[in-house]
Amino acid sequence: MKNLDSLFAAYMIGWGIFFVFYVTVARRTSVLREEIERLKNSVNRGK
Amino acid sequence: MKNILAAIVVLLLLGAAAYAAFFVAPTDVKQGLIYRILYLHVASAWTGLTSFFLCFVANLLYVWRRQPKWDWLGVSAAETGLAFTTVVLVTGPIWAHPVWGIWWTWDARLTSTFVLWLLYVSYLVLRTLIEEPDRRGLLSALFGIFAFIDVPLVFGSIRWWRTQHPQPVIMGEPGSGLDPLMLRVLLFSWLAMLGLMTLLLRQRYRLEAMRGDLEIIQRELEAA
Repeated sequence: MKNLDSLFAAYMIGWGIFFVFYVTVARRTSVLREEIERLKNSVNRGK
Repeated sequence: MKNILAAIVVLLLLGAAAYAAFFVAPTDVKQGLIYRILYLHVASAWTGLTSFFLCFVANLLYVWRRQPKWDWLGVSAAETGLAFTTVVLVTGPIWAHPVWGIWWTWDARLTSTFVLWLLYVSYLVLRTLIEEPDRRGLLSALFGIFAFIDVPLVFGSIRWWRTQHPQPVIMGEPGSGLDPLMLRVLLFSWLAMLGLMTLLLRQRYRLEAMRGDLEIIQRELEAA
């Protein structure tokens, strides 16, 4: 079982990077969606 | 519903690939357990290069057709490829330390991979510096085409130069190669990673398409 901790660390960090990337993309998408809704309402109010 | 189903399929594939990497693939006689990083490290490296290839194709198509969708695909593939290459650059030293006795060395493979990572970070930084969409699309596409030159260098580095990094075990010299079961597990891990890449790429593309919509609305507001 030599180096089991290193193997475990590599997989945890690797999956962590993918997870963080997914979460940041999802968060940016949600912020942008709100911004688009806000601007669409402004455009509609202006018409 | 389709998206949730696709995510479940990819998660199942990734779970099965991890199971195969830990419990199905035989243990390497020389390296022991630590070699099992291969199934994450190499599969991520191949997937990252696949993503950069998609970015390159999208960049060429943008220069040719000037359609925003190719710009969106280019930046999405660059960012996704960067995530996979980051995993490669982090897991590599964790594997290298017990096997080589060092975390890092500036050999041709490691250096060209690090330069690749820097080039695509620069690609993304460049995009933040240009406001006008057409100019941003064209300049970043040209830079992306230039950045892709490093991909064949990464691929060829362990074939053309003497490196600390192992020589290729796939498409290498006669006599090199992986155990057939190890190879099957590696190819399956790559398939799972390609599934993950597709999922992340789609999500990232949607974000970029929304950003395009936002720019159109902003222009409408400015014109009004």
